[in-house]
Amino acid sequence: MNVLEVNGLNKTFAAGGMFRAVGKAKWAVNDVSFQLKAGETLAIVGESGSGKSTTARLAMRLLESDSGNVLWGDDDVSSLSGKALRQLRSHIQMVFQDPFASLNPRMKVWQTVAEGLRVHQPSLSQQQRRQKVADTLLLCGLDASGMDRYPHQFSGGQRQRIGIARALIVEPKVLVLDEPVSALDVSVQAQILNLLKDIQRVKGLAYLFISHDLSVVRHISDRVAVMFAGRIVEQGTAAELFAHAQHPYTHALLAARPIAHPRERHSIAVDANETTEATADSGCAYQPRCPFATEACASFDGKLRSQSGGHDCACLHPLLIHD
Amino acid sequence: MTYIKVVATVARLRHTSAMLEIRDLSLSVTIQGSSVEAVSSVSLQLEAGRVLGLVGESGCGKSLTAQSILRLGEHQGVRKSHGDILLDRDSLFEMSNETLRRMRGGRIAMVFQEPMTALNPVFSIGSQITEVIRLHLDMDLKQATARAVALLTDVGMEDAEQVLAQYPDALSGGMRQRVLIAMAMAADPDYIIADEPTTALDVSVQKRIIALLLNLQRKRKLGLLLVTHDFGLVAEMCDDVAVMYAGQIVESGPVSEIFDQPAHPYTRALMGCRPEVSEAGHALPVIGGQVPQPGQWPQGCHFADRCPLAQDDCKQAPLAANVWQENQHIARCLHVNTAAKG
Repeated sequence: MNVLEVNGLNKTFAAGGMFRAVGKAKWAVNDVSFQLKAGETLAIVGESGSGKSTTARLAMRLLESDSGNVLWGDDDVSSLSGKALRQLRSHIQMVFQDPFASLNPRMKVWQTVAEGLRVHQPSLSQQQRRQKVADTLLLCGLDASGMDRYPHQFSGGQRQRIGIARALIVEPKVLVLDEPVSALDVSVQAQILNLLKDIQRVKGLAYLFISHDLSVVRHISDRVAVMFAGRIVEQGTAAELFAHAQHPYTHALLAARPIAHPRERHSIAVDANETTEATADSGCAYQPRCPFATEACASFDGKLRSQSGGHDCACLHPLLIHD
Repeated sequence: MTYIKVVATVARLRHTSAMLEIRDLSLSVTIQGSSVEAVSSVSLQLEAGRVLGLVGESGCGKSLTAQSILRLGEHQGVRKSHGDILLDRDSLFEMSNETLRRMRGGRIAMVFQEPMTALNPVFSIGSQITEVIRLHLDMDLKQATARAVALLTDVGMEDAEQVLAQYPDALSGGMRQRVLIAMAMAADPDYIIADEPTTALDVSVQKRIIALLLNLQRKRKLGLLLVTHDFGLVAEMCDDVAVMYAGQIVESGPVSEIFDQPAHPYTRALMGCRPEVSEAGHALPVIGGQVPQPGQWPQGCHFADRCPLAQDDCKQAPLAANVWQENQHIARCLHVNTAAKG
């Protein structure tokens, strides 16, 4: 059963701002669809500005989409708002990137973690709430003795555990994790990734994992969707995608992964002066950067097509030959 | 044997004249009114034309050490309690304010982590670069502008003249980092200290900034000190590595030896928890516990409380930096052989 499903999501933002003339509207998310099953991790990867965080916020109904619909389990929440929406929100919760900015410094840990209960389980007594907080903190590897302290008394890794506990306390079916480990040291990152895996196994949660770090994504996800300029350009199982990437952009992302040993230096030539961050407005958005672009790409519709190996790719010239 | 020794000595003598050397440096910081040691007897040598990586987790003192080279942080209560920093044999701590001011940016420049906060949002790129140029070089505005264009072209910016008129908010993170690198190069320094220069950037942009830094470093024979927590970056860029833990250098040596045969259990643990070297789907190895805060360091080996190989002798007395040594490769560990087998 799908615990989260989005169909044909579109979102545009007006370009420009306070001090600039309002320009043409910019596509942030363009015809994005995906499904997420219980117990599964779907990673959305892409560079800054590719629309991955916007997609997550649309799926959470934190942002209003221009068109398309969002299903949380069996509930179509696309047209809900206010109280009706709020009551369903315990279905899908979010963990943020920055463990320093995402906790209120003036609230004690237990107050922060318990906040969701005020909406979703208002009948609990204070003692019951504190007990629930203690249990949830324990699940996240934190001792209950810290619940009367303030966030600044905790390290980055511990704060991220508090952020995870806050999301888990209302017993969601889906966690949206927006770059949950990119602000952490590698050693702490490993602890948090292991914790997320353990919690998923125990609770059967589904994760929507937003990241630009492909090493982390390879480690944690079952399926991967690669976004570029607001569209999903390639998607498939993690194993398939990492072994047989077909979209030139996915290849570029894979090539940019950090190397594991100095002997791998220079295995991929990088042009230091390659600075283009351009995207095309019509046809395939990746054209300006793509080494394989042809005239036909200028009129490409950008839609995903199924390819060999059971994955989808939006490219007229997918790289089917692998070395 | 003697011949090799002579060659080595000559090489060392020659290098001492063009070298940035941190010698037995201890720094203390003020925590809640009392002074505690945060960096303990750190020695590092950065030669012109080489890239040295200073690696470790947050809170181990690596940024403090790097910033002390420019004598930054002193107004925030960072004090030198022991040791020295020598630039071509001159102590940075004996320099006059005027000499110090010319040294900062002139001889040793810094590239910071956050390209979003390191540029002033209310001045144009041009005015910020020409300011640095004119502080260090005797140039009028026209000459400085020409140099700024040349610098920006060097760091791969197209339309450098247009960029001069722009403000930081018009540039992407990668572009801003290029501008910061251009500013660091403004007075043609001999050494660059780069503190996590790519951490805030997208992966594909990271790769290009790495290539750019390495190109500049080779072309100008710069000594580059790279401060990072990322062994991937070290693998990519460094000639030599120093691993820092709880205020001390626990291991140092040539990059290939550190990667082929990490000696210190902390180095091994830190390398092992990277997702890129792990098997997908398996739990990642972790290091139990946390880095001890300054003031709470154990008496013997600082890593002993978290180390799977620790024995009683580790906790008794402070260890010398080269308890274990193989040529240029040293480690502050009593049980390296057991570590290597484990």
